[in-house]
Amino acid sequence: MIELKKFSYWYPGTEQPALDRVSLSIAEGEFIGIVGANGAGKSTLCYALSGFVPHFYNGETEGQHTFNGQDMASLDLGQLAGQVGLVFQNPFNQISGARFTVREEIAFGLENLGLPQSEMRARIDEALELVNIQDLAERSPFSVSGGQQQRIAIASILAMQPRVLVLDEPTSQLDPDGTRDMFTALNKLVSTRKITVILAEHKLEWLATFCDRVIALGGGKLRAEGSPQAVLSSEQMLRLGVGRTQYSEAAARLLRTKQLPVTLEQAKKALK
Amino acid sequence: MNLRVEGVSFRYPSGVLALDGIDLAIPSGQLLAILGENGAGKTTLVKLFNGLLRPSQGKVYIGDWDSAEHTTAALARRVGFLFQNPDDQLFERTLAREVGYGPRNLGASEAEVKRRVARALKLVGLHDMAEAHPYDLPQPQRKLLALAATIAMDTPILVLDEPTIGQDEVGRGAISRILTDLHRMGRTLIMISHDMDFCAEHAQRMLVMLNGKIHVEGTTEDVMGQTKKLDEAEVAPPQLVRLAQALKMPGTPLTVDDFVDEYKQWRKKKKSK
Ligand SMILES: Nc1ncnc2c1ncn2[C@@H]1O[C@H](COP(=O)(O)OP(=O)(O)OP(=O)(O)O)[C@@H](O)[C@H]1O
Ligand SMILES: [Mg+2]
Repeated sequence: MIELKKFSYWYPGTEQPALDRVSLSIAEGEFIGIVGANGAGKSTLCYALSGFVPHFYNGETEGQHTFNGQDMASLDLGQLAGQVGLVFQNPFNQISGARFTVREEIAFGLENLGLPQSEMRARIDEALELVNIQDLAERSPFSVSGGQQQRIAIASILAMQPRVLVLDEPTSQLDPDGTRDMFTALNKLVSTRKITVILAEHKLEWLATFCDRVIALGGGKLRAEGSPQAVLSSEQMLRLGVGRTQYSEAAARLLRTKQLPVTLEQAKKALK
Repeated sequence: MNLRVEGVSFRYPSGVLALDGIDLAIPSGQLLAILGENGAGKTTLVKLFNGLLRPSQGKVYIGDWDSAEHTTAALARRVGFLFQNPDDQLFERTLAREVGYGPRNLGASEAEVKRRVARALKLVGLHDMAEAHPYDLPQPQRKLLALAATIAMDTPILVLDEPTIGQDEVGRGAISRILTDLHRMGRTLIMISHDMDFCAEHAQRMLVMLNGKIHVEGTTEDVMGQTKKLDEAEVAPPQLVRLAQALKMPGTPLTVDDFVDEYKQWRKKKKSK
């Protein structure tokens, strides 16, 4: 569905590429996690996978970058916007401020899709429920807490029902249960609607529990790719500044095994 | 310096009652973590400590000061504040000026300002970028910059609203070292966080909020073991505590070292039975 072949990208006026010959192929219906230290290129990869690079960011690119077999740069923006949604790292950048209530804020993005009123209402209700903020619908999107604001930002993208959903650290300000619920909800969208979810995160436990595949970046390069357990249990994660789950760290001190556990279930099994 | 909250309630102009009858005493030198679900009232509570918000009811004492009798500028000499969103506190042209702004404002000499700027930037690992523009830094680095600016104020009390947001292992390590240092220097530290693993490792005491009230309070070990209370507050225990519970192992291990020790003992006991 989305393919990068030796793809490099330079932000305007920079000499070091933010993405350096990345080759990557993402199929429909995959749930993919991206890990990497700060500055490794996670956000830039999110922009590339959602088409924000090259459509909204200038700069130089090299290599191949396709969406459903078509060159990403040649795609019509309107078409792309209906299919791909990006949740930015900082929710404060996402809230338009053009409307008075949370419900209207979410409706704002939907207005260009030409949906009937009833469909719009249904989508907004569903999105509010997915991130569990039904009770904020009539509040102002600015007079809420940080975590609530992040939920609003996510809901406004969910309501667009994109086929590909790219999220850059969407749970950074969510409470622990909210984080787990968000992953569960995304996982459900992947399995029931066959959408593709790509998510950059530091919360390794939840990536490990829910993703089909994990991609590790370092210095703009793709450093590892594979099953969550294979990638996240490896020592390479320490060198990349990604770290490991505490399950892996505890097990590393107690067990000699080929592959360390990375989730609660795996750790329980290994240490029973 | 200690801090006391007596019978405090707070209602936003929009009508939301964000704090509802809070009583709290934080002794000098304590490292306290405040936890709780989104919208529980954590940020609202700490904004009362430096006068960004004023209680609708009740009193907040900062050391021997009744905060109601002091301006926000005066309170800033006692309470340093790291905002949840760093962009709320960054407005200078370079990192050095940003970090120097507070001390300069407090009347520190240029030499003193320079010294504090260098030290604070070094602590967060941004010393190579002193002349860069704050908005050239990505968000997680801006948070570290804001932390440096907070440290440079050299206040006896520091409030850190979600210091580890978006940080990788390196950033978390830096924040961890900074907290440990400040704690050793006897500063009173109040940290809001959803990062349970981080809190478990660093906090002496914990306070869990729910719907504008204090839901549980106690030592870290005590609070982290109260699964039911935490669950009610939408807060999950840290990974190692959940693992110990899943294995039906006794105790509340807060660090990997603790876990490894307790696990070995538990296995030994099981074997000898
Ligand atoms: N500026 C504001 N105006 C009106 N209500 C607000 C404002 N800021 C926050 N609130 C409301 O006050 C309550 C407490 O919010 P607060 O920001 O203190 O929560 P929090 O515990 O810090 O949450 P988070 O974990 O999401 O940061 C919530 O119901 C929130 O919606
Ligand atoms: Mg908050």
